[in-house]
Amino acid sequence: MTALAVTALTKSFGGLRVNTGVNLSVEEGERRLIIGPNGAGKTTLFNLITGELRPDSGSIRLFDRDVTAVASRKRAHLGMARTYQIITLFPHDTILRNAMLALLGLSPLRWNPWAALHRQSHLVDEAHAALARVGLDRIANRPLAETSYGEKRRVEIAMALAQNPKVLLLDEPFAGLSVDERRDVRQLLVTIPRDVTIVMIEHDMDTALDLADRITLLHFGEVIVEGTRAEVVAAPRTREVYLGD
Amino acid sequence: MNGRNLAIAAAIVALAAVPYVIGEPYYVNVASQILLYAIFALGLNVLVGYAGLVSLGHAGLFGVASYVVASVLAAGFGHAVAIAAALSIGLLFTAGFAALSLRATGISFIMITLALGEILWGLAYRWISLTNGDNGISVTSRPMPFGIALGSANAFYDMTLVIFLAAVGVSAIFVRSPFGATLCGTRDQARRMNALGYHVWMIRFGAFIFSGLLTCVAGILFVYYNKFISPQTLALTASAEALLMVISGGAGTLLGPIVGAGLVVIMKNVVSAYIVRWNFMLGAIFVAIVVLMPEGLVPGAVRLFRSAGRAMSRTKPAPEPTP
Repeated sequence: MTALAVTALTKSFGGLRVNTGVNLSVEEGERRLIIGPNGAGKTTLFNLITGELRPDSGSIRLFDRDVTAVASRKRAHLGMARTYQIITLFPHDTILRNAMLALLGLSPLRWNPWAALHRQSHLVDEAHAALARVGLDRIANRPLAETSYGEKRRVEIAMALAQNPKVLLLDEPFAGLSVDERRDVRQLLVTIPRDVTIVMIEHDMDTALDLADRITLLHFGEVIVEGTRAEVVAAPRTREVYLGD
Repeated sequence: MNGRNLAIAAAIVALAAVPYVIGEPYYVNVASQILLYAIFALGLNVLVGYAGLVSLGHAGLFGVASYVVASVLAAGFGHAVAIAAALSIGLLFTAGFAALSLRATGISFIMITLALGEILWGLAYRWISLTNGDNGISVTSRPMPFGIALGSANAFYDMTLVIFLAAVGVSAIFVRSPFGATLCGTRDQARRMNALGYHVWMIRFGAFIFSGLLTCVAGILFVYYNKFISPQTLALTASAEALLMVISGGAGTLLGPIVGAGLVVIMKNVVSAYIVRWNFMLGAIFVAIVVLMPEGLVPGAVRLFRSAGRAMSRTKPAPEPTP
C-alpha cells in the first residue's frame, strides 16, 4: 500500500517556482531519502506535505486519503509527524515536558484547564518511555536550554516518535552533529520499526545513503532522478547536479 | 502540611487581618483597590505572560463590565441581573475582541487591541444617550450577598478578598493544567504546536476568554467600589497601567501581577499624597525595574535571593586541605 502519494505538486513564491510538478510515491514501511542541492525545494516539499504551506496545485494523499485540503494540525492526528531542520523545541521546559507536549497534542486531555498536568501519570510514563527510546531518559528532568545540540536533535526525534506516526518526515536529522552524535542518531533511526514509513531529507550522503531504500533527487523544484540507491548514484544527472563532477 | 501550604495559609490569614491592622477606612479602601486591580492584572497576565500576546486594550473590557453594571442598575434592575449582564456582555465583547485581534500576533496584535480599546473609550465618551458621556453614571448602592451589607470599607474589603482568592486559585489551577501547558507552548513555539496537532488559534481564543472573565470580574468590583464609572476608566492610560502592573511584577508568574498591582495602586493613591509628581516616581521605578530586574520584581527578587545565597556559601572558609 502507498503510504504517501504526492501528485503534480506545484508551489511558487511570487515568481520563484519552488516545486514544479513533483510526484512522489512512498510505499508503506519504505525509507525514502530526498537529496538535492541547496534551494532545490526539499524543505518546501516537506512543508507542503505537512500542510504548513498550501500548494498552488497538485494533491497529497496519505494512505489513499486525500489530505490536500486538510489543516496541518489535523494531519498530525492522521499519523504524520515531522522534525525540523532548525531545532524547533520548547527551550524553557524540561526534556520530559517537551515529550509530554508531543503526547498531549494527540490527546483530548489537551483542552483540560483544571487537571494537574504533572499528575497525569500515564502521560508522564509514556513520555519517559519515548525518551528512553532515544537514550535521554536519564536526563529527562534537565531544562532543554541546558542540553547539547545532539541531545536536542534526539529530543526532536523522540517527540515525533512519541506520537506513534505512520509517516515520519525527518528534515536533515544529521545537520550540525559531530561524528559520534551522527553515529548515535543513525543507530536510533535504524531501530525504528518498519511499520513507520520514513521520508528523510539529508545532505550527509555517507551517513544517510545506506539507510535509504529509494532515493529521490530534486533540482530546481523538479524530480530529476528517482530509483534505488545504486540507480541514483550511477545516474549521470546525479553526478551532474549533485555530486558535482 | 508542607512549607508551601503553610506559607499560603499564612498569607491568607495576613490578608484577612489587613483591615484590623490598618484600621483607617481610607487605607482599607486602598487595600481593596490593590486586590481588585490584582484580579485585573491576573487576567491580563494570562495573555501577556502565558500566551505571549500583549494587549493594550484590556481597560476597554474592564470598562464594558463596569458600564453594564451601572446602566442596568440605572434602568431599575437588581444587582443579580446587573452582575449577570455584565459578565455575559463582557464575555461577548471579549469574544469579539479575540476574534478580531487574534488574526495577528506580535506588534500587530498590540495595535489591534489598542485600536479596539480606543473604540470602546470613544463610544463611552461620545454615545451620550447610553453612557451619559463625560458625566459618567453613578451607582447608588452595593449588593448584599447573603444579606451582608457591603457599605463599609471593611465589609467591601472582605468580599473583594474572597473573590481575589478565588481568582488566584483558579489561575493557579489553570497554569498547572494541560491547557495551561499548551498555552505556554503556543507562546514559545507556535509552529511546532501546530505540527504536533494543536489548534493554536483556538487555544489562544480560550485563553483570551479566560483573561476577559477575570478582567470583567475586576470591572464589576471596580464599579461597586467607586460607585461611579466614567470614560476615563477605559482610556489607553488605564490599559497601559494594567500592563505596567503585569510587567513590573513579573509576567508569566502568579505572584508578579499581584505585586505589580500593589506597586501601582500604592504609587497612585498613597505616594501621590506626598509627591505631586507621583507619575514621575512611577516612571522612575519602572525604569529601575527594567534596568535591574528586566524579568520583573518577583522573578528578579528570586534571582537575587538565590545568587545572594550562593555568595554566602562561597564566603564560608574552605576546609583545610589534608596532606
